[in-house]
Amino acid sequence: MAGVTLETVRKIYAGNVEAVKGVSLGIEDGSFCVLVGPSGCGKSTLLRMIAGLETISGGAIKIGDRVVNEVEPADRDIAMVFQNYALYPHMSVYDNMAYGLKNRKTPKDEIEKRVKEAARILAIEPFLDRKPRALSGGQRQRVAMGRAIVRKPQVFLFDEPLSNLDAKLRVQMRVEIKRLQKALGVTSIYVTHDQVEAMTLSDKLVVMSGGQIEQVGTPGEVYRRPETRFVATFIGSPPMNILPGIVEGPGRVSVGGQSIAVTDMKDGLAPGAAIEVGLRPEDVQAGTTGASSLTMDVDFVEELGATQLFHGKVAGADFVVQASTGQIAADTRKLTLAVDPANVHLFDPQTTKRLGRA
Amino acid sequence: MVENRPFRTFMAYLTLIVGVVVVAFPVYLAIMASTFDTATIINGNMPLTPGDQAPENYTRALFYGGKLAREPVSMMMVNSMIMALGIAFGKILISILSAYAVVYFKFPFRKTAFWVIFITLMLPVEVRIYPTYKIVADLGLLDTYTGLIMPLIASATGTLLFRQFFMTVPDELLEASKIDGAGPFRFFKDTLLPLSITTIAALFVIQFIYGWNQYLWPLLITTQSSMQTIVIGIKKMITTTDALTEWQIAMTTAVLAMVPPVLVVIFMQRLFVKGLVETEK
Repeated sequence: MAGVTLETVRKIYAGNVEAVKGVSLGIEDGSFCVLVGPSGCGKSTLLRMIAGLETISGGAIKIGDRVVNEVEPADRDIAMVFQNYALYPHMSVYDNMAYGLKNRKTPKDEIEKRVKEAARILAIEPFLDRKPRALSGGQRQRVAMGRAIVRKPQVFLFDEPLSNLDAKLRVQMRVEIKRLQKALGVTSIYVTHDQVEAMTLSDKLVVMSGGQIEQVGTPGEVYRRPETRFVATFIGSPPMNILPGIVEGPGRVSVGGQSIAVTDMKDGLAPGAAIEVGLRPEDVQAGTTGASSLTMDVDFVEELGATQLFHGKVAGADFVVQASTGQIAADTRKLTLAVDPANVHLFDPQTTKRLGRA
Repeated sequence: MVENRPFRTFMAYLTLIVGVVVVAFPVYLAIMASTFDTATIINGNMPLTPGDQAPENYTRALFYGGKLAREPVSMMMVNSMIMALGIAFGKILISILSAYAVVYFKFPFRKTAFWVIFITLMLPVEVRIYPTYKIVADLGLLDTYTGLIMPLIASATGTLLFRQFFMTVPDELLEASKIDGAGPFRFFKDTLLPLSITTIAALFVIQFIYGWNQYLWPLLITTQSSMQTIVIGIKKMITTTDALTEWQIAMTTAVLAMVPPVLVVIFMQRLFVKGLVETEK
């Protein structure tokens, strides 16, 4: 087992396009780290550099204490699960899993033992003689993971492994991956653009954008205290509402003339300065008034079953509120929203950084 | 089709049957002619039902040859077989390797290399026949199997075919192989080759028939009768100037010349279908 350390890792493609702009990150031994971000943010490139499938333009990647910049993928002691599984179509499931071990000249009986064990863990024993094309998507996914497990690597790398599955299977496999990782205790790095996957799987969540890390933390930390406006709107569904506001004084901002109390606010902000006020749809209480409150013009309502989403405008900006079904009449045109001062996030309109207490 | 229109079905079948007859009748005639003696064919009243000379004609053709061209057809068939197989395997080997290099390796002038190969498509043997002959002659390869086979191996069609196929193989397979510890040769042997079976089979069929049917090149570089191919043999049997053409022997030889390509198509077709069913990219 080993951790993974990235030291100002860069990737510059031909034509001077910088896909990864100096990323530094420490991933502890045995932890589950998820890289999440929109497409083109450099997360897949970063993963492929760790795997050795892309050259490293600058910086260093360490697996354990060993710098692996110039080490071949096969010698990095990693295993990777690809988005389209990349199973060898002409080989049986057994051979697919055994191939890497055969190439390493592992003794035959040892290969058989490991493949059988992995097949048992993943419940794919009945399919060992089949070709991948005779398997369903979920089963192929398991074989791909089996191929990774039998190698007993230092690090598992997952490149959006669930995006080819249907929604129901995705949830099921997500749980299985998590359980497997906990059981095996192997350091794992997982790339996804799906923030739900990112939140549920990770011990350590890394949000990336434009080739840089926006924030690193536990899923709870990232959700509760987003460091930038990008993270605030990317993590959480539906995304956080951002309203234009003005600083009134210590612990108070105003939105469209309505004053709100804020707990987490940086000291020394000049009154009258523009500020961005972030509120999560699930954090405001619709239909009641509190210590501070806002009024909202409702445009339409989305039904989600257990909850309803009210879309409308607050102080001229788009706003979404989540409420339990039946709590508010669906034909309501004007809503009062109670705002808990602890749930207000403030961001600098220029730098988009959080303006909270240090 | 779901619709049931008897007249249309009838017309469709009629068209197909007419087509088959047009193509198959000359072949049928050749087979029939190979079962009569010279006199029956020459007098112009050859029946369309089989005669009784087949055993006689086929033994003579296979083991003794015609009256003037005295080489047995069995020997010509061996020559043709060596040439056709040599061309087919040589071409597959060269083109799969060159396509592998062009698709999977990054080396300077890779694009140039590909285009140079591509351009040779415009220069078939017939166009470059003099320089090719000169080279083969200077190398002392006249009347050798090497001389028969080598100049016909060099062509771009196979390389192009494999290149197109390799481009459809997902990159992830290569990456998975890398992580599984397979080097370039292992990846080629364990993954690319098994996936290419159908392409190889297709190319084999095309190239075998191409090689078997070669006329101009063997005519030019073989002078000894022991190096004759069957296509040349047929030609020789027909152009006998001062003797009666032995049509029954010429027809027997023609029928024999058809057998190997037909067998190759029938046999490879099975592999073709099998490959198509079993592999998936």
